[in-house]
Amino acid sequence: MKILVAVKRVIDYNVKARVKADNSDVDLTNVKMAINPFCEIAVEEAVRLKEKGVASEIVAVSIGPKACQEQIRTALALGADRGIQIETEASPNSLSVAKLLKAVVDEEKPDLVLLGKQSIDSDNNQTGQMLAALAGYPQGTFASEVNVEDGSAKVTREIDGGLQTVELKLPAIVTTDLRLNEPRYASLPNIMKAKRKPLAVKTPAELGVEISSTLTTVKVEPPAERQGGIKVGSVEELVEKLKNEAKVI
Amino acid sequence: MSKLSYFGETHRLLRDTVSRFVEREVLPHIDDWEEAESFPRELYLKAGAAGLLGIGYPEALGGSEGDIFQKLVFTEEIMRAGSGGLTAGLGSLDIALPPIVHFGSDELKQRVVPAVLRGEKIAALAITEPNAGSDVAGIQTRAVKEGDFYRVNGAKTFITSGCRADFYTVAVRTGDKGYGGVSLLMIEKDTPGFTVSKKLKKMGWWASDTAELSFQDCMVPVENLIGVENQGFVAIMNNFQNERLSLALMANGTSQLALEACLEYVQDRKAFGKPLSGFQVTRHKLADMATQLEASKEFTYRVAAKMDNGESVIKEVSMAKNFATDVSDKLTYEAVQLFGGMGYMRESLVERLYRDNRILSIGGGTREIMNEIISKQLGF
Repeated sequence: MKILVAVKRVIDYNVKARVKADNSDVDLTNVKMAINPFCEIAVEEAVRLKEKGVASEIVAVSIGPKACQEQIRTALALGADRGIQIETEASPNSLSVAKLLKAVVDEEKPDLVLLGKQSIDSDNNQTGQMLAALAGYPQGTFASEVNVEDGSAKVTREIDGGLQTVELKLPAIVTTDLRLNEPRYASLPNIMKAKRKPLAVKTPAELGVEISSTLTTVKVEPPAERQGGIKVGSVEELVEKLKNEAKVI
Repeated sequence: MSKLSYFGETHRLLRDTVSRFVEREVLPHIDDWEEAESFPRELYLKAGAAGLLGIGYPEALGGSEGDIFQKLVFTEEIMRAGSGGLTAGLGSLDIALPPIVHFGSDELKQRVVPAVLRGEKIAALAITEPNAGSDVAGIQTRAVKEGDFYRVNGAKTFITSGCRADFYTVAVRTGDKGYGGVSLLMIEKDTPGFTVSKKLKKMGWWASDTAELSFQDCMVPVENLIGVENQGFVAIMNNFQNERLSLALMANGTSQLALEACLEYVQDRKAFGKPLSGFQVTRHKLADMATQLEASKEFTYRVAAKMDNGESVIKEVSMAKNFATDVSDKLTYEAVQLFGGMGYMRESLVERLYRDNRILSIGGGTREIMNEIISKQLGF
């Protein structure tokens, strides 16, 4: 069984993001970048499925400028077998990403595609679902547990009311939630091995996809700075302040 | 990566791994561990499982090989936990194991090294005595050969990980006075006659346990001799090169954290109606601190590169240690000064950095011993 995992290069979750002076975007100059945490969970899940003997090959794919090869190498060091970079300087929207991934799915014909439920930079939570629609595959999103057996995947999903389990006929799309697993550390021997694993570079044109932009970013602003709180003396005072000062009830 | 950089793709990935380890396993707990003057033994297992303890050790002994800059990346990132004690405690294997790896018998290596690299066992180095520190050739702990055993009598002090180690690399006197009579023995915990006599209270490095050890008619099997009898001094001296590089790195790491804490603080803290960074005197002080640290880091990297290239750096590594600790002495002092009263409070990182830093120009050879080594190399 072959698994395709999508990984995205994003600002590291520990970095305090700053906005550019002209408000055009988040400032990424000299900022530490990392693999999107949900994507890392997807890689870990794929590696676990391989360790269980369920999967035989893991392909990691990323879309972006040359620098995103760093995140593909991270995935390879965690246990993926080979990488594909789709090189572009554009920042494609979710639909373009899904189209590019669909083209890779057509080429690679994986039995399972694992993606993070969303990336921590744009927080769209769209790509997995769009890819499922384009490929005509069943989808299990926000997975907190994945079991693959006899050509189907049982996916436990985190939904508002609790947990829901769906059974998907492979090939299928699964997006990962935070509690699916805790990714391992890439050890030095595995990092060394990753250096020798193949990494193919393709362009959107080679895959027959045109990256079109339907959205323009008008302005990026930092969230309002948090103000200090106050202590209230009684429940009555709290209710009064919530009603008349905060105006939330 | 720039052509001028000492670091490549492998180092970047390793740095990510160690920094994640620190974020997940250490940072949430380090303040508690400092106050408790210990960290859980489990951390060795976690570090072992993540392959962090095996960096630089032979594959045949469970290590992952690797160059000096990989080890360096590990030290730099572990230091970002802001606790010299943790770095010293978790890293005590790196001063205890090399003599065994380089000079020990195959049997001894197999018995000790893999279990320590997995984090299941803890290793410590015991050289300093109540009456002999920098003067290694003057150690008095005596080991007399009696049949298949050495009878060991004496005491060791200031031993990092001394309370809970399983394997101790111990310098003993097997021969005449001076450096020609020193040997190294591997002594195991629970060997009859060997006791940990005291856990020592320290100015800094709280998270590491530091002990006084006592040997009273302690019988150690002769197969625990590391290398050749009466030739332990050379092994000890070789070992010091790596320890000194590592202490220089710890000093730079301490300076780095102190500087970063200041850069943040001066933007938040206001005095006389403006942030501290609004005063030229503050900005110039920070510029001076950053310049010194930059010079120290580049010098230390250069020495590491020479070591990696197999060059003898006895003089240079001593210089790097002195330079780096001069800089960290100055930067930790200035950091506390910039923080004012807040810098004197335990809740400030710079308070701990100031205390932890003090040992760096003492341990692994004092500043004065470094200067003796340097002046000898200059021909005096």
